[in-house]
Amino acid sequence: MTAQDEMRRRVADFLAVHDPRSTPALEWLQARYDSGLAWVHFPLGHGGLGLPRPLQGEVDELFAAAGGHDNRPRVNMIGLGMAAPTILAFGTEAQKKRFLRPLWTGEEIWCQLFSEPGAGSDLAALGTRAVRDGDEWVVNGQKVWTSAAQNAQWAILVARTDPDRRKHAGITYFLCPMAQPGVDVRPLRQITGEAEFNEVFLTDVRISDEWRLGEEGNGWRIANTTLNNERLAIGGRPAPREDGMIGIVARNWREHPEHRTPDLHHQLMALWVEAEVARLTSIRLAQKLAAGQPGPEGSAMKLTFARISQALSGLELELNGADGLRYGDWTMTQPEELHFLAKDASYRYLRAKGNSIEGGTSEILKNVVSERVLGLPAEPRFDKDLPWKELER
Amino acid sequence: MTVGSLLYTDVEDDLRAAVSAFLTDRCQPSDVAALYDGAPVDAGLWRGLAHELGLAGLLVSEELGGAGASAREVAVVLEELGRTVAPVPFLTSSVIATQVLQESGSDLVQGVASGQDRVALVVPWSTAPGSDLPPLSVVEGALCGQVRSVAGVLDADLLLVPVPGDAGVDLYAVRASEVDARPVVSLDMSRPLADVDLTGAHGTVIASGPPGAIAVQRGLLWGAGLLASEQLGVARWCFDTTLAYVKERRQFGRAVGGFQALKHRLADLFVQVEGAAAAARYAAGVLADDADDVEVAVAVAQAHCSEIAVHVAEEAIQLHGGIGMTWEHPAHLYLKRAKACQIALGTAGWHRARLADLVDLPASAS
Repeated sequence: MTAQDEMRRRVADFLAVHDPRSTPALEWLQARYDSGLAWVHFPLGHGGLGLPRPLQGEVDELFAAAGGHDNRPRVNMIGLGMAAPTILAFGTEAQKKRFLRPLWTGEEIWCQLFSEPGAGSDLAALGTRAVRDGDEWVVNGQKVWTSAAQNAQWAILVARTDPDRRKHAGITYFLCPMAQPGVDVRPLRQITGEAEFNEVFLTDVRISDEWRLGEEGNGWRIANTTLNNERLAIGGRPAPREDGMIGIVARNWREHPEHRTPDLHHQLMALWVEAEVARLTSIRLAQKLAAGQPGPEGSAMKLTFARISQALSGLELELNGADGLRYGDWTMTQPEELHFLAKDASYRYLRAKGNSIEGGTSEILKNVVSERVLGLPAEPRFDKDLPWKELER
Repeated sequence: MTVGSLLYTDVEDDLRAAVSAFLTDRCQPSDVAALYDGAPVDAGLWRGLAHELGLAGLLVSEELGGAGASAREVAVVLEELGRTVAPVPFLTSSVIATQVLQESGSDLVQGVASGQDRVALVVPWSTAPGSDLPPLSVVEGALCGQVRSVAGVLDADLLLVPVPGDAGVDLYAVRASEVDARPVVSLDMSRPLADVDLTGAHGTVIASGPPGAIAVQRGLLWGAGLLASEQLGVARWCFDTTLAYVKERRQFGRAVGGFQALKHRLADLFVQVEGAAAAARYAAGVLADDADDVEVAVAVAQAHCSEIAVHVAEEAIQLHGGIGMTWEHPAHLYLKRAKACQIALGTAGWHRARLADLVDLPASAS
């Protein structure tokens, strides 16, 4: 029996016993996790069956077609896309047991405490301090660009545990309970008018050593696993033709012949080709990575995604004629999930500016591609062998 | 529609290795550069590819004496021919003319498969699939008219001459000795062009009316779709050579590839060449499967790969600095091939316009 046959049989067997119409959502999701059908490429006992990663798409489709409950993937993007693979790769058995199940079912939402006001592209220079106090760590500092912090129960956190060592070596990775005293979440309003992100102030926050992920001082290597998954999640999803932004713009073109001009048509067709080539490239990348882990090639996809998304969202405003001058709503809100494609064109134009910044700026990603894929000389890093505490800030 | 594998099979890798080894041995950049100074094309190069490697009839079925391979294998051969800017009539004879003959049901295809006949479709090399063919007439059984800038015709044994009429195309097979093919000084001398005067030539009609038109279109469509793989080969050579050069070339006391302005350009080029690989492999796969998406896949591949090949070749010249402008360095051979390929079989703009029709994104309201 092939892996695909086995997966299909298990899905059918599961649905025969657990009818989603008569089973409450959480109970059904927990049962799906316990049957290894949450993420089939994960190991046995952690929501998976150790099957090839590409089978997951069909699993999700089969359950969706059967009316299965969903685990709110859009609300828990950080958890599912970044925290889970990192915990799986570096967590202890106890940590995997404790965290992966409620993460996958959506009982626990996760956020990411990585960037700081003084450590953006140079994340390894981060200054949030974690000081050991017996079996606990005491954390002080400020994090920024934290989406979902207001809803999250847990955070993945990187903090400096040894300021005497060089900047990459003195970082430790923690799983931080967001309900802990001293965690102060404040909305950060952005150019769209809403506050999709937060600033998080950490003042004498106590984290049990039980929630340290990996070795003390190994946080930088672990964080890179998270970030490679993030770049893959942002740029690497194989999709049907005319999916996403290009689909919206193409529909707009078909429905509004009155706005057509030769110049706009020229731009539209150039971008249509670019979007289709990017789609094929991401499928080709997925075929290459079918069995393996995301590597730096994902950075190349994210570069392309950001460029096309920004160009298309700008073009879309021009396609709207006089309506391109309007804006939906400047009211400050805190959306629970990102509804990029459901908002109006002018919102998308502004929000897309973040595409080339979040998850690694396009400039940093070009460094990553040129150094780690192409083998070109690394940028001079005068600070990399100095103790962190001696760096200029 | 689902997308099949965009990677290479082991068989395709083996084929590539064989073609690459042969070309490395037999087709040096200096041999190609010599063509611009009037040296004749080494007939042994094509004989070797056709007979030793059996590439002439790669697309021809085994019953008719060919190898029975698909567009996917042909694409791999074209990548290697692009990588070496090899002056051989593989694309013109073994792809375009072969597809015209196969679609016509003509047994002349056996001559291609055996390597005995090199065949050329007599249209300007800039002719896109779906575009108008040059007007020709037939007077008392003899062809009449001229066709400018035809590729693959100078060393051809047999010509396929499409004569457009009201009901389609009458397709004539004409022996090369019947016509006057006058070489022209070409931008890309590794695929030299000729002006062909057909006046007074006699041939045999192998297809007429709508089937003749369909046969010619099939040849041009396959040519355009697989030209993308040749362009990918050109782009890969330019990229690989430039990447190696900036790692080795030192100025200001360090390798110039360490300057961020150059690193970022190379990262951009890498992304574009990866895109060209995906688009070219998709077109080859769809042609091989004769899938419904053929026309879209070909238009996308041409719209992307023809621009990228030129861009990467232009960047190769710039990033090589002065040496890139010399006759001695082979970069110019690739720029000339890339620019000629951009115009061949329809410009990127032509293919984008075709795509607009195919995917229902009309240019104007009417």
